[in-house]
Amino acid sequence: MNNELLTYTLRIADNSLILGQRMSEWCSKGPTLEEDIALSNISLDLFGQANGFYSYASQLDGNKSPDDLAFLRNEREFFNQQIVELENIDFGNTIVRNFLYDSYNFLFYSSLKNSKDDTLSALASKSLKEVKYHLRHSKNWLIRLGDGTEFSKEKVQKSLESIWQYTHDMFSMDEIDNKMYRLNIGVNNSNLKVEWDRIINETLIEAKLVRPKDGYNAKGGKNGMHTEHLGFLLAEMQFLQRAYPNAKW
Amino acid sequence: MTEEKFQKRIDREEKIEPKDWMPEGYRKHLIRQISQHAHSEIIGMQPEGNWISRAPSLRAKMILLAKVQDEAGHGLYLYSACETLGVSRQELVSQLHSGKAKYSSIFNYPTLSWADMGAIGWLVDGAAIVNQVSLQRTSFGPYSRGMVKICKEESFHQRQGYEIMAQMAQGTSEQKAMAQDALNRFWWPSIMMFGPNDSDSPRTGNAMKWKIKRKTNDELRQEFIDKTVNQAEIIGLTIPDKDLKWNDERQHYDFGEMDWDEFWSVVNGNGPCNKQRLNHHKKAHDDGQWVREAAKSYSQKKELIAN
Amino acid sequence: MSENRTVWEVFIQSKNGLAHKHVGNVHAEDKIMALENARELYTRRNEGSCIWVVKSKDIISSESEDGEAFFDPSNDKMYRHPTFYTMPEGSKYI
Repeated sequence: MNNELLTYTLRIADNSLILGQRMSEWCSKGPTLEEDIALSNISLDLFGQANGFYSYASQLDGNKSPDDLAFLRNEREFFNQQIVELENIDFGNTIVRNFLYDSYNFLFYSSLKNSKDDTLSALASKSLKEVKYHLRHSKNWLIRLGDGTEFSKEKVQKSLESIWQYTHDMFSMDEIDNKMYRLNIGVNNSNLKVEWDRIINETLIEAKLVRPKDGYNAKGGKNGMHTEHLGFLLAEMQFLQRAYPNAKW
Repeated sequence: MTEEKFQKRIDREEKIEPKDWMPEGYRKHLIRQISQHAHSEIIGMQPEGNWISRAPSLRAKMILLAKVQDEAGHGLYLYSACETLGVSRQELVSQLHSGKAKYSSIFNYPTLSWADMGAIGWLVDGAAIVNQVSLQRTSFGPYSRGMVKICKEESFHQRQGYEIMAQMAQGTSEQKAMAQDALNRFWWPSIMMFGPNDSDSPRTGNAMKWKIKRKTNDELRQEFIDKTVNQAEIIGLTIPDKDLKWNDERQHYDFGEMDWDEFWSVVNGNGPCNKQRLNHHKKAHDDGQWVREAAKSYSQKKELIAN
Repeated sequence: MSENRTVWEVFIQSKNGLAHKHVGNVHAEDKIMALENARELYTRRNEGSCIWVVKSKDIISSESEDGEAFFDPSNDKMYRHPTFYTMPEGSKYI
């Protein structure tokens, strides 16, 4: 059970770290200076969350430090969902990716808050406050861009079409998920779908965007199957730790 | 109000507020100085931003990102102070892009190793703080209040840099070499941050008279050097200046001559990263245009509906 | 560059019960964005419990030239201040 709880915790930590890393790439590149600061704030929240969940994972592991977990695992040992590793590409694409994920993440933490595991429950409560704000931010921007100019509308609609395939896996349940759910530790992801659909549909109507048709289901992130993007992200992120294995930082 | 009356207010240490009468020269000097200061904060995000994705621990990553984000915030405080003088941020940014407005040359040097994050925090922020502490007493109200806020927030910046340097100087031989190399590369550019010697600084006279500046370039530079020498010794690093020596009579450190040809060359656009830094800023600005347009169009539609 | 964004003045209440205090400005296209931008910029260190934003152009300020006419007249109305009054020796709680 400890092993499964460890994997379950790492999945959450990895989601936060990888999305945090993506968001930090925006620093000094935001569309306005105000927005630059907002994007960094989101990134800082996510790194903080990652740090919390890695600390718990490190405790469960008994061997590796939080930094070992973040900086010394390989691609196939990362369990984040594929949607968070997708490249930023542009501001609209980033907003679409985050909105789809934030909506899920908000529901996920709302449910994990009730976990029987005290640490997960506490981490979820703290994260929930932040993620509520992230959702508010990405949602408001999606509406502005969708209902902005013809150009912006077309652009985010395209992003929506291309990212949609990565949303299905958020609601999947594998053996570990099922077991954690049965023990009242973890969340039943598939139960989140109805509420997620409601948030998405309402927002898309307000943003005058069209909900894409369900099609290909890109899956496997939680089991270490990733897009080609993750390898590059890790190579960059882990460079110093890998290049100077004896150094302390 | 006359210039004489204005000077009396300055001499009484009164703060000048945006709507108060001020000589045109005073306004111009402020706009130039505050906007240069703001641009420095913003361009200064890049050399450190260069290492956020490669920071070697979760702690280091959060600290560095928070610090660079603070710089964006400080840029905004300063643009905001400058706008009270009747010049828009858009105008200031286009002056930056056209090369009419300058920023601190220090940011035209590349960051080549993680130790550079230490050197920048310790030396570059250290030098900036010496300057900013004295500017808290500047005569223009909004600038002074901005400086108070910035100084309060920056107190952790220099410490985090020095912590990195100390840690690396005591680390593996490779780390120590990186730390010394970073000090070697950033020392001279840092002490040149205070600008030319007083004797070669034509605008200092008015700025001091109007109490926009409270200390001269050379005074601030000396203050910084006196503070820093001991910090280098404590962590076992060597400042790359053969002439650096305590002068008992002056009660200050003597130091070597700066390479002013290099200084002016970088100021005038020939530093290693001048073009790169400006292009990065322009690209972010251009890439963001459709976003800003969309937001504007959205708000106009909403206003139409509301009316 | 013809794009001029709306400037908003920001007021922060640092703690419940205290007055809102002017802290600076932000640029934003709409009021939601203005509030969010103000939150990001001026409360990074947990400084606030409430934020006001108001369009800069909607602020009416007294002119410094009017200073004497506006503020000097209250100079000689000392009777508005509690220290103006003489209280009997030994009186308390007043």
